[in-house]
Amino acid sequence: MIPAQFDYVAPTSVADAVAALSEAGEDAKVLAGGQSLIPVLRLRLSYPSVLVDLRRVSELRGVREDGNELVIGAMTRHADVITDPLVRQYAALVAEAAGTVADPAVRHRGTFGGALAHADPAGDLAAVALALDAQLVAEGPGGRRSIAAADFFVDYLQTALSPDEVLVEVRLPKLEGQWGVHYEKFNRTAQAWAIVGVAAAVRQENGSIVDARVGLTNMSSTPVRASAVEAALRGTSADGRSIAAAAEHAAEGTNAPSDLAGASDYREHLARILTRRAVSAAAGV
Amino acid sequence: MTRVSMKVDGVVYEDDVEPRRLLTHHLRDGLGRVGTPIGCDTSNCGACTVLIGGESVKSCSVLAVQADGEEITTIQGLSDGDWHPVQKAFQQHHGLQCGYCTPGMILATVDLLKNNPSPTEEEVRHGLEGNLCRCTGYQNIVKAVLSAAAEMRGEQPHPGSFRDADDKTGVSA
Repeated sequence: MIPAQFDYVAPTSVADAVAALSEAGEDAKVLAGGQSLIPVLRLRLSYPSVLVDLRRVSELRGVREDGNELVIGAMTRHADVITDPLVRQYAALVAEAAGTVADPAVRHRGTFGGALAHADPAGDLAAVALALDAQLVAEGPGGRRSIAAADFFVDYLQTALSPDEVLVEVRLPKLEGQWGVHYEKFNRTAQAWAIVGVAAAVRQENGSIVDARVGLTNMSSTPVRASAVEAALRGTSADGRSIAAAAEHAAEGTNAPSDLAGASDYREHLARILTRRAVSAAAGV
Repeated sequence: MTRVSMKVDGVVYEDDVEPRRLLTHHLRDGLGRVGTPIGCDTSNCGACTVLIGGESVKSCSVLAVQADGEEITTIQGLSDGDWHPVQKAFQQHHGLQCGYCTPGMILATVDLLKNNPSPTEEEVRHGLEGNLCRCTGYQNIVKAVLSAAAEMRGEQPHPGSFRDADDKTGVSA
């Protein structure tokens, strides 16, 4: 399988990448790690006129702190996210979920920003970004803007990014101290997509859950927050029975797909079970 | 066409390639390095795994232009002369039957053992999850990897079941 023809540019700065996208118009595509895009090109599901490869834009790589935020450069590879000490300290949920993405070879190429910009609802990291209230920073011809994760994921494979914008970095509020986190993923075989995944972060005080964030993978055409679960968890005691009761709300407000991996009602069942497991693990119960 | 330069198995190649050319096609059709097979062509099976800068990648999911300036190792460049300990272990432990997955399996193993010289059986299975084998059932692959890991740590390789006239390891069944 050979992709259709396209032109190729590899700029060395974000500004040059934005200029290349602006010049190329709507038919251009940004190439990050390519682990989703290149299979799509090979299957000829997409016919970009130009690929703008970000591999030489070094300012897009790396992790840093900025006050109470952790900033992950969009081109930081999964393999680097997983082992980064700052990510492990302040956004352990990101490291844990990134460690479940595909397989080691894919994680050597695939990037954090690329996975989010691809916006596959079966991808593991979008639900995490949503659960952690990430801000996604994009640069376009008019400068930079920050997009809340809740507004970023618009529909299946669609984001709020304009065709001439580049996702630059992802800003995550630091979570540490009393926060416990866990990503629970269910799939049938090694390296397969999640049939359903649940990202959970829970903050406890004196044996009670005082704050909870729960994001769901592959339960709609976008990642979704399990808001009813979060509401039910806040103020309850951190025990198995309370968590199980809260997890019963996990499928509320979702629109789970039906496909070869499972029917929607099966996914709703999985969402409830996996939410119980994810929250229990996050709470250390 | 885009000019690319890459070092493959120790030799620098400069070529003009179409941007759409996949690295795996460039290696096989452009450079004649046909030791890298194409399996599923959908980035699932890992047969086409090569090392870029020492890290495993699926060469069907990398464009040749993305490998510009990189150093690539295929199964043909893993060692010169004697076999690499991982190659030897795959032979000794019957870690292959048809052999189609073997180049990718071996290169993924080399990467795995670089990062984790003493893996558990579970870590081996997890570390090779991107490489599919439809013959062996993986049992002998895991044995081979654990044996190679031992040898690369300077310990005795585990006794294998295979011995032929050229056996240099001194290990018998």
